[in-house]
Formats: sequence, structure tokens, C-alpha cells
Amino acid sequence: MSRFQFPESIRSRPIYGTLEPRPGKAHLMIADVEGAEALLDLAALDADLVRRAHIIYIPKGTGETHIETLRALGPAQLHVAPSFEASVQRIRRVLSDAHMGLQIYLAGTEGLMGRSQAEAMQAGIPHSAIQTEHRGSVARRVQCVHCKGITEDVLTDPFVCAHCGLNLFVRDHYSRRLAAFQGVCIDAEDPGNVPEPVELYK
Amino acid sequence: MSAAPQKTKAGAEKIDVTVSAVVPLNELVTRFEFRRTDGRPFPPFSAGAHTVVEMNDDGRTRLNPYSLMSDPADTSTYAISVRRDDQGRGGSLYLHTHVGVGDRLTLSYPVNLFPLDLRGRKHVFLAGGIGITPFMAMIAHLDRMGGAWELHYACRSKALGTYAEDLMQAHPTRAHVYYDDQNQRIALEDLLDGQPLGTHVYVCGPKGMIDWVHTTAAAHGWPDENVHSEEFLAPQPGTPFEVYLSRSDITIQVGESESLLEAIERCGVDAPFLCRGGACGQCETDVVEAEGTFEHRDHWLDDDEHASGKKIMPCVSRFDGKKLVLDR
Repeated sequence: MSRFQFPESIRSRPIYGTLEPRPGKAHLMIADVEGAEALLDLAALDADLVRRAHIIYIPKGTGETHIETLRALGPAQLHVAPSFEASVQRIRRVLSDAHMGLQIYLAGTEGLMGRSQAEAMQAGIPHSAIQTEHRGSVARRVQCVHCKGITEDVLTDPFVCAHCGLNLFVRDHYSRRLAAFQGVCIDAEDPGNVPEPVELYK
Repeated sequence: MSAAPQKTKAGAEKIDVTVSAVVPLNELVTRFEFRRTDGRPFPPFSAGAHTVVEMNDDGRTRLNPYSLMSDPADTSTYAISVRRDDQGRGGSLYLHTHVGVGDRLTLSYPVNLFPLDLRGRKHVFLAGGIGITPFMAMIAHLDRMGGAWELHYACRSKALGTYAEDLMQAHPTRAHVYYDDQNQRIALEDLLDGQPLGTHVYVCGPKGMIDWVHTTAAAHGWPDENVHSEEFLAPQPGTPFEVYLSRSDITIQVGESESLLEAIERCGVDAPFLCRGGACGQCETDVVEAEGTFEHRDHWLDDDEHASGKKIMPCVSRFDGKKLVLDR
């Protein structure tokens, strides 16, 4: 399951598209895991564009699967990072050196795209001008509205906050600034009365 | 019940003003300054806003929009700079020839369809001719805030360069003026190249210039959200035509030199409006029935809506044909 059609939801919930080549002076592409496949599709549409691009790729636990195929596209720069946290300094440096005319392409999980988008918005790019394409896991990055702690890769609803231990209901209410969905205590009125967790989008 | 007073008439609220100064700037452009007739301060406005000036020209009401070009922080005075258009329908000519110090006029509350995006890291202003006016207010605003800006101002000649000398003197490193008669041109591509992320560009001038800036910026990969433009259209004269207003149940005649909106108002129907220049969308009207061709001239409806024949902007657009029925 590499492409997933998210069901229609509230306005707050991000909607992802399909990457397409756009005119620009510089091209920054950030992808994790199966997001690499979206970059391969983009290269099929415009190989030259990808040859001018700076690609930051975060394979996470999937190992070498896509690194060589990305390298074979011949990007101007390919940086492979172990995690988003490890690559954020580089992303910030690229953005601080960039000028108007930079195009941004994000592909992969919601957490990666959301956090990259928040960095780009901080640098002055409107969120609506940033291209995204969802690939891979439907796991979410969720902020506990009570303790403000963020839990990565949440796969079930409800789930237990990794910070304060409350049982949280996962909402579609999303913060672009935090790049996180909101998690709200599900058993506040009747502590312990927690429904059986179900896998998100199952 | 809402706390805001309910509006009974179309358009923005109005302010009675007295002309406090008339300053000719060159052969074509004159600045008009206003104070409130009741002596109170004006409502503050945001840079880029316009006001609709109401003139009583021998029984005929003229309503023309002009950008406010005074310092937004100065609530004692509103000022507009008006270019005389000898071929136009007469509003600017009326101001130039009939309006003097001490005369009373009515202004609408300011409406801003061309605001600064204050999230921007830097603001690049591109002005063509009298399109300089909104930027006068924007520059005053950003100077007070310590904001980053630069101005590129194309005008016909030194003699017709309204405020060009003042701007270059006050802002020698930021204001750049280009004179057509000396073959100087704005080097737009070079200018867009290398601007810091978060730069916004604003263009006010003739349609050709606005299209040129939008097209060039898009080709350089600038997001639409960072490119802002304003062009007020004056209604153009055309063949007279007849319209049936279905809700009011009257048939009206639109004369050669009046707009459809003006004809509707003349016949006593209170139709919504704000900018009267095809930009704000306030007067959008549904077409019930039409046999003929529309002359769409607005910036509000998109191409599909223009082609559909289902909507018209009566402030600037006309109709040529046998029958037109509007839901008004």
C-alpha cells in the first residue's frame, strides 16, 4: 500500500496532491521511505528538473532500497539522512541561502511533509505554494492538547500519550505550525472507560 | 441581533469632507486633500486602500474610485492624486476643472483591495504612471515600521513623473525611476532574480504591465500568493442597450456614456457596489436570460464564468444584443 486515498474530512485536515514539474530557479525535494517513488515518478515527467534538484532523502528503517535509484537520477545533490531531526539543520541552511523562485517538493509520510512544510513556511514560502504527495505509512504525528507533548508515528486511535500517559482520541484537527494533529483525552469524564484502539484508516 | 449598525444603502459608509488643498503636480496630475467637514479625525486606513469620491456634476452623480496616497498614520487628512483623462467619461476632468479649496464632497469609507502582505520579508513595488499612488501610502507605512522595500517606477517623462523627484530625494537607494522618453525600462527579470525568500511584489499600472509582471514572475517560479496587483477600470462607453431587472420588475435603458451600474442606480434600484472598477466583486449580478453578447471587462470573474453568460459585473461590463434579464 504505497498510495492511500484519504477519506474526505474537515477543512483543517491537509490534502496532498501529486508532484508535478514547475518552473523555478532552484528545486528542493525532501522525501522519506516510499516518498522516493514519487520523486522517481516526477523524474519520469521531467528528468532534467530532477538533475537540477537538491534531494534530501530519509530512508528510515528501509535501508538501501531507494538510495541507488535516486542517485541514478543524477540530482545536483543527494543527501541521505538517518532522520528528519538529523536533516533539519541542512534544510534550514538550504532555505536561508535560497531566493525567490525556489520550488519545494515533499513526498512521503504526513509527519515528514508537515515538518518540512513548517520549516519552509518559516522561511517565507506560503504553504499553498509547496507541493506534496503522500506515500507510505498513514501514521500520524499527534500533539497531546493537555501536556503539549508530541507523539510520532501514531497508528491507532485512541492511543496513549508518550509523554503524560493520557488516553488520546486522534482528531483530524491539524496545526500547520506544529505539523501535528490534535489528540484529546477520551476518558476524562469516566476514567478508564477507553474504547478498544483501532488501526487508523482500517 | 448583530451589534454592527445595519446598512440601509449599498456601498461603503460615507464621510462628508471639505477640500483643504488642491495642488497641481504637473500637466496632468493634481493632488486633492480633504478634511472632515465635522472636524473629527478620519478613520485610519490601511496602505493600499481606495475611496470612492462622490461628485454632483450638474445633477448627475459621479462616483470614481481613487487610491488614498496620504500617510495612513495621519488621520487629519485624506489625499488622492488624480490624473486628468480628457478622453474619459468626465469624472477626473470634473475634479480638475470644478473642484477647489472649500468645496464639499462625499467620500466613501476606505476599502482595501490591494493591501500589503505584512508576512512578507521584503516588498518590491512596481508602478506605472499614476499607479504610483497606492505605493505612496505603502512606503509611508513601511518606513514607519522599518520594513524592507524597493520601488521601481516607470513614467513617461521627467515632466510627467508624478512624485518621482520627491521619492528619489527621500529614498535615494530604494526608489528607482525609469523614464520612457529616455528609453529606460524596468529590468524585471533581473529584478526578480535573487530576491530573498518571502519577498512580495506589487504592481499597479496599465493592464499590459500587470500581465507582464504576473507572467514573468510565474515563469521564474514565484508563487501567485506573492504577486499582487491592482488596476481600476473606468467604465467604457458603448452602444446603448435595454435591460429588464426581474426582481425590481422594471425595464431600464443603459445610455452610451453611462455604466450598467449607473443606469441601475439612476432608475432608483439600490444595487451593491464597492470599487466600481471591476476589482472587488461586490456588484456581481446573476443573469436570468440573455440573447446577445456580453462585453466583460472586469478582473473579478474568471474566464469560465465570462464564457458561461450566467454572471455580469455591471460596474464595468456591457451587453450587446436583443434581450438581457438580470436578477436585480
